Amino acid sequence: MKLTRLTLATLLTGVTLLAAAAPLKTDAAHSSVSALFKQMDVPVESKFTRFNAQIDYDAAHPDKATARVDIDTASLDIGSPEYNKEIAKKTWFNSAQFPKATFVSTAIKPAGAGKLNVTGKLSIKGKTQDVSFPLTVKPEGGKQVFQGQLPIKRLAFDIGEGEWKDTDMVADEVVIKFRVAAGQ
Amino acid sequence: MQQRYTTTAIVLHWLVALLIIGAFTLGLVMTDIPGFSPTKLRYYAWHKWAGVTVMLLAVLRLLWRLKNRPPAFPAAMPAWQRGAAHGLHHLLYVFIFAVPLSGYFYTLAAGFPVVYFGLFQLPVLIAKNAPLAETLKGVHYWLTMSMAALVVLHVLAALKHTIIDRDGTMRRMLPGRSL
Repeated sequence: MKLTRLTLATLLTGVTLLAAAAPLKTDAAHSSVSALFKQMDVPVESKFTRFNAQIDYDAAHPDKATARVDIDTASLDIGSPEYNKEIAKKTWFNSAQFPKATFVSTAIKPAGAGKLNVTGKLSIKGKTQDVSFPLTVKPEGGKQVFQGQLPIKRLAFDIGEGEWKDTDMVADEVVIKFRVAAGQ
Repeated sequence: MQQRYTTTAIVLHWLVALLIIGAFTLGLVMTDIPGFSPTKLRYYAWHKWAGVTVMLLAVLRLLWRLKNRPPAFPAAMPAWQRGAAHGLHHLLYVFIFAVPLSGYFYTLAAGFPVVYFGLFQLPVLIAKNAPLAETLKGVHYWLTMSMAALVVLHVLAALKHTIIDRDGTMRRMLPGRSL
């Protein structure tokens, strides 16, 4: 009997440890990835409707956290179905050849209560850049909510070629804003 | 002796007329450009700026109209024509506001605020709302086409007074020396 209890306790501990090491499950309904840009000075907020975030995070060991986000480049909704089709084309995301934009963390460092500094590699349209950005994390409804934003230059990734290189038409700076809710 | 409209009224009338014709033409051309091009987006921006300008000038025109009586119609003009002219002018005032306003709310509902001349953002009065944008698109189109029909009537009437009646009605709105 005593042995059984011990075994059970060991098993339970093992399960808990396993659970902690496993990636969190993303709650898609409460997560979002959007891109903010300016078109002829008009602020436009566009949303990626399909993405997948894998976050491995343990509040007790934040420095061991890892994150990977895959985004369907063809899923960007800029406010009109007709235009959404256009930006999946070669000049913009070339989604046929580069269906995913990815971010993979290389280091996550705690930076005070509820704050993390993330560095990693961002790949869009076959180009990869080192990026770093601050991230906030807070528990919300039994889940962890990771939020942050990352300014990038669209031309560094060839987003908008040819006549679309004109930054008076579409500004070079694009802010990627995200919120990922994830839990066990 | 027949009076002219005041210089203010004449300038405002023709300025608004030119802007309306420009915005109307741009509207037809830009919605006909297939796909996505910088030219198309530029035309959309110009169209919106023209529309906002029409609306601002229309406020001035309305203020002028409320403070001034327009010069009298020719004495020989039949009562029904006076009534029709008054009615048409009133309708045109309504559409001068309704058309740009419907466009303004359409672009807001579509999630694209207007940044006037690329300088400052005009108030975002309603939130982005795709079904509403679709409705307002139709409203903007039909208001525009109804206004175009009224403008055609307005021009035909002015020409009829000039060419057939030769009663100087149109000269009241043309620049020139005093009559």
